Amino acid sequence: MDLKLISIIAAALAVSFGAIGPALAEGRSIAAAMDAIARQPEAAGTISRTLFVGLAMIETTAIYCLVIALLLLFANPYAG
Amino acid sequence: MESSPLATVVLFRLGPIGITRPVVTTWAIMAALTLTAWLVTRRLNQSPDRRQAAIEGIVGGVAEQIAEVIRGDARALLPLVGTLFIFLVAANLSGVLPGVEAPTAKLETPAALAVIVFFSVHYFGIRARGLRGYLASFAKPKLIMLPLNVLSEITRTFSLMVRLFGNVMSGEFIIALVMALAGLFVPIPFMALEILLGLVQAYIFTVLATVFISAAIGDERG
Repeated sequence: MDLKLISIIAAALAVSFGAIGPALAEGRSIAAAMDAIARQPEAAGTISRTLFVGLAMIETTAIYCLVIALLLLFANPYAG
Repeated sequence: MESSPLATVVLFRLGPIGITRPVVTTWAIMAALTLTAWLVTRRLNQSPDRRQAAIEGIVGGVAEQIAEVIRGDARALLPLVGTLFIFLVAANLSGVLPGVEAPTAKLETPAALAVIVFFSVHYFGIRARGLRGYLASFAKPKLIMLPLNVLSEITRTFSLMVRLFGNVMSGEFIIALVMALAGLFVPIPFMALEILLGLVQAYIFTVLATVFISAAIGDERG
């Protein structure tokens, strides 16, 4: 198979499967944060700030997949 | 052929150095911010007028957020973190202006900002704990954690850079794609989403930088 075709398929696979894990994880963390805010509304500031930092950390894995896809599409060292 | 998001266009050359488009945009943003700050702070008054109250609100809000994260005096961190936040908001939102491309959508600007954060973490850490104390903190729970702690310093700087770049770049990419597929006026909701995402990313970058610095300063105060 053509190397470019393989790269395109691999990029699509990386993004699509790489989005599943972070999506599930972010959903769980937001649900937990909502629960915590509902129980303790006075701690909403601290909870939401920690939530944002945690979401950013979780999102990193998805961003790494995006970077892999970009490297495959635009800076592929093997496709020449 | 679509233009690669990893490549930058050299506009003109200053001796051996090629000046690219994001650099020019960054200079324009820096000049605009400096000029605004100078104009606004020219006549400060004991009883603030409307302009001064807005500026005091921004500075006070940032200082309050920093103080909540580091649980201490925010004054040492305020110049760095405040400038970072205001610059990031301006840079992320500049992509909305017609004909302007957000400088954070190219890899170089987030890389430079992440390097600034990387060095200021060590600067504040050494200033707060002394060189020996700061270096000893890398072997903190056990000596066996030393390579992992050193590795995490590098990877978190890298992910700081890639997160900002990936989010802003993908936002602009999606707008360009929808523009090419659906035409005029359809990308407007995506642009509204892009404004929100730009603000959130500026906030996240600043909060993460503050969290890293406060971890380096240490929790003897907290």
